[in-house]
Amino acid sequence: MSLRLAAGTGAAAVVLLPCGGALLALLGAGDGALGALAEPRLLRIAGFTLGQAALSTLLAVGLALPVARALARRAAFPGRAALLALFGLPLVMPTIIAVFGLIEVYGRAGWVARLAAAAGRPGFGFPYGLAGILLGHVFFNLPLAVRLLLPQWQAVPGEVWRLAAQLGMGPGAVWRLIEWPLLARALPGVALLVFVLCCTSFAVVLALGGGPAAATLEVAIYQALRFDFEPARAAALALAQLALCLGLAALAARAGRPLALGGGELRAYPRPDAAGRLAAALDGICIAAAALFVGLPVAALAAAALRVPAELLADARLWRAAGLSLALALGAGLAALLLGWSLLLAARDLRLRRGRPRVAAAFEGVGLAGLATPPLVLGTGLFMWLAPHVDVFVVAPALLPLLGALLGLPYVLRVLGPPCERVAAHYDRLCASLGVTGWQRARLVEWPLLRRPVAQALALACALAAGDLGAVALFGSPATTTLPLLLYQQLGAYRMDAAALSAALLLALCLALYHGIERVLGGGDAR
Amino acid sequence: MRRLLTCLALLLCACVARAEPPVLTVYTYGSFVSDWGPGPAIRRAFEADCGCRVEYVAVDDGVALLSRLRLEGARSKADVVLGLDASLLAPARDSGLFAPHRQDLTHLRLPIAWTDDTFLPFDYGWFAFVYDRTRLANPPTSLHELVDGDWQLLIEDPRSSTPGLGLLLWLRQVYGDAAPQAWAKLKPRIVTVTRGWSEAYGLFLKGEAPLVLSYTTSPAYHLIAEGKDQYAAALFREGHYLQVELAARLAAAPQPALAERFLAFVLTPGFQAAIPTGNWMYPVIELPDGLPAGFAAQPQPLQSLLYAPDALAAGRRAWLDEWLEVLGR
Repeated sequence: MSLRLAAGTGAAAVVLLPCGGALLALLGAGDGALGALAEPRLLRIAGFTLGQAALSTLLAVGLALPVARALARRAAFPGRAALLALFGLPLVMPTIIAVFGLIEVYGRAGWVARLAAAAGRPGFGFPYGLAGILLGHVFFNLPLAVRLLLPQWQAVPGEVWRLAAQLGMGPGAVWRLIEWPLLARALPGVALLVFVLCCTSFAVVLALGGGPAAATLEVAIYQALRFDFEPARAAALALAQLALCLGLAALAARAGRPLALGGGELRAYPRPDAAGRLAAALDGICIAAAALFVGLPVAALAAAALRVPAELLADARLWRAAGLSLALALGAGLAALLLGWSLLLAARDLRLRRGRPRVAAAFEGVGLAGLATPPLVLGTGLFMWLAPHVDVFVVAPALLPLLGALLGLPYVLRVLGPPCERVAAHYDRLCASLGVTGWQRARLVEWPLLRRPVAQALALACALAAGDLGAVALFGSPATTTLPLLLYQQLGAYRMDAAALSAALLLALCLALYHGIERVLGGGDAR
Repeated sequence: MRRLLTCLALLLCACVARAEPPVLTVYTYGSFVSDWGPGPAIRRAFEADCGCRVEYVAVDDGVALLSRLRLEGARSKADVVLGLDASLLAPARDSGLFAPHRQDLTHLRLPIAWTDDTFLPFDYGWFAFVYDRTRLANPPTSLHELVDGDWQLLIEDPRSSTPGLGLLLWLRQVYGDAAPQAWAKLKPRIVTVTRGWSEAYGLFLKGEAPLVLSYTTSPAYHLIAEGKDQYAAALFREGHYLQVELAARLAAAPQPALAERFLAFVLTPGFQAAIPTGNWMYPVIELPDGLPAGFAAQPQPLQSLLYAPDALAAGRRAWLDEWLEVLGR
């Protein structure tokens, strides 16, 4: 086995071991596991889970396409970098904060309602129910999809645009011949990630869904574990959810293989279809609409934080929690990057050099396991598994970044995967003919071409870990009050304004992570 | 030489023993130990004269506490658990994990009689619908009025929230077998059912509905901490469902003597004085200085409703299924 395969296998083990161990520990805790899957209500819940996730994905990714295309066509306008940073925020928000932000804007006493009332149309309110869930999920996932889709355009070599200009291609032809073939390969992967996120959504579905009619499998899992205390049943439900997500991953892997474009100059060349007033106006509308949709709730949260008395900023607990969150974010982000890179190198080797695309897809699919396993199941199962053997309080600080990394791993794979394969497709033969291998190849070929996606992946994984409440929070280790945990404690104690401040600080921390990492690692012009 | 070594070793042990006081491990829920909760003050008060160190282990909530202790079984490091909800008394008792509290209950001031010999109440409160007087002039005055009226409300899910479960039991007590019909009448006016109290209360403060399921003591928070007097709890004629939070010591406690001493401390002012403005609940004894002013100003329900542990354990799952059936349609 080559070094790359060994590293990939090791990474897969690191991902699968905690998930599998947790599930097995729960399954072993009692019987009734199979009975859980035969409940008639479960079928309805599973149907709703899949239905809302499919609709959410369709909407989020469908709307993200024109926005991402507009942003790709307008590669330089003032505030573009800020907009992309803004698009990185919803994903990392603790759900309760995102819900509050949405309600500040669309709620009964929100901005839109007040505007409508002023215009003589009172009675506007948030559309609780399926529409509310979709709104929430689009808010979380549209910006994510934009961020994941946008780099696809970077793969188009400048000479393709020059050729398109010489041939006089219009927007329609450019879309059909250049953009769509490229995107069609990437879409299944992005859609899968969004689907899994919507599938495993819990608090958003409950809060915005209006009642238990809108319940996901995740809620049933919670009930089995907490209300009924039937760990085996919870594990069976979690396994069903996991099987569903991994099955879809297999389908997506079949549908979307990264496209190996011929190598070319990576210098930018103006797109022929971006000129003209109509194109500019359309792009402007797309970008402005998305910016408003994502920006308004974030602005509402920022406004809430600004109303808070400034002396709350002097609270040492806040900064201690922020420091801990930062450390955790960096640890988890680096671990996610390491795991993701190992999996990707193994997958690339298998697919391009050994002709084993299925095994390669399995390596990439492994990355989803951590995201598709409910945190409550992961936390409780790990606890049951580990507690008889070790002192969980001693191992918790080590587990914390690992579990954070599992969460960020799918994003790392998504961001880093396509460019990683592209580099191999473009430069494998050149490297082979010049005899560039090992460290020299990493230094001269891989790093210069991959540093930007690496920075993007790391930044995303770090920010995600910073915003996550963490399965380990369930262990109850006293020394781990991160910002999200502090925020929930504040909310639980009526301290709404202190919580608003914590939320703003968390978002600021994520912005700083994006900016800092993409600047330092990505080499200057961060995008 | 050997004797000298033995002496030295003994001396060393004595020093170590003095440097390392025994540790009392208290399992509780997160908001109890947070800096806004009563935990820190209680720890200071107990450590002041127990010659020990109090270590908190904080899990999610009261429900998570019991499942955690069940998972750990006799291996648990816990000496005392603080925050079991009375609705879990039967399964907690049946777990066999807890030992009798051996406390004198004559000074207990609870709205109901309490005789359990294992689980010791440390605070209580009533579930209630809270409203903003500046936005709602005519709050409901009974549960029947609420069910038959046209007020919109925010509630919590009984599967994941103590108030949510409280409302389920409240309606069941008042309506009996007609509870599903009452829920069906309420259903169109339930704005949303949130996972936890924080979501529902936050949405209420943002103006999503005029009524939110919370506690009769919520207005006291706004009065004392924010100086706002516009919030009030709607008092219902049928009475209010009671939440009683329980302490207990583990049968397998590593520090049984300290655990028993801590349970005695639970019923003293040193512990109870931290409850009103820490946990926003009522203390279970008469405080020497009385209740804080904003607290005393809150009206209290005339009647308290509470299921006996066994009746609750027997009906809980079926009532939840009923609820899911009606609201899940």
